[in-house]
Amino acid sequence: MDLATLLFWIIAIVLVGSALLVVGLRNIVHSALALVVVFAMAAGIYLLLNAEFIAIVQILIYAGAVTVLILFALMLTRTSNLSTNSNPNNKQWWLGAIISALVCVGIIAAVTLSQYSTARAGNAPYPAYAPSHSACILPPNNVAYIGQLLYSPTCYSYVLPFEIASLVLLVAIVGAIVIGRED
Amino acid sequence: MGLTLNHFLVLGAVLFCIGLYGALSKRNAVAVLMGIEIMLNAVNVTMVGFAFYNTVKPWSTYLTGQIFAIFIITVAAAEAAVALAMIISIYRKRNTVDVDEINMMKW
Repeated sequence: MDLATLLFWIIAIVLVGSALLVVGLRNIVHSALALVVVFAMAAGIYLLLNAEFIAIVQILIYAGAVTVLILFALMLTRTSNLSTNSNPNNKQWWLGAIISALVCVGIIAAVTLSQYSTARAGNAPYPAYAPSHSACILPPNNVAYIGQLLYSPTCYSYVLPFEIASLVLLVAIVGAIVIGRED
Repeated sequence: MGLTLNHFLVLGAVLFCIGLYGALSKRNAVAVLMGIEIMLNAVNVTMVGFAFYNTVKPWSTYLTGQIFAIFIITVAAAEAAVALAMIISIYRKRNTVDVDEINMMKW
């Protein structure tokens, strides 16, 4: 077992365990704090997959902004019994458990057992860093490459989806202000 | 045994289903939102795994999975902001965040 496999198993166990704590804890503030561990461990998974930029973005946006946003919402919608049982299940929780277990078994069976699964396609564990055949220069690292993919007007890039994403963010900000203001 | 793509796909599937259970079985609307965030993170793990184990084209020729993950993060941040604004607005009007009691559209 090499170091990457060992790190993967440690991160995966902590990730799944803290995700179970998020859905299982009785105090919702503790659930929100366990969510920070989920986000940080997901950033560790991204680092393991050579996605440094996404790992940093995960820490900044999820573990920073989204968690603070959720904690603010919990503070502003404070119910009476915050400490005892503020994260209750509804009456159909067993149905939700059955559905999610069926989805989990279905996805894992599709990944591992089916005719067109990726296990049968054969995956080389660490493919070589091959240069592309386009006219563009291959950037030296992950961050530069993602920047070229997002901004470059000449090479094959994602400029138009990037602009649409900025429009989505603008609409979301204006919508959140309009919905959330007092009138 | 080294790491394969299936490790990350199964991890993403397990994480997705934990988030699905949280979104389906919680009464607090903020807890439902936390389940949705876990589901989006599971999809991101799957996307970045596909981008790393891409054997169809030379590795990171296009990095499409990582670009997908960035857009998913963007949309998730927008969704979290709008959803929390809606939760606060509903709390101001109805004085509750229990999704079992928010049934204005029930016929």
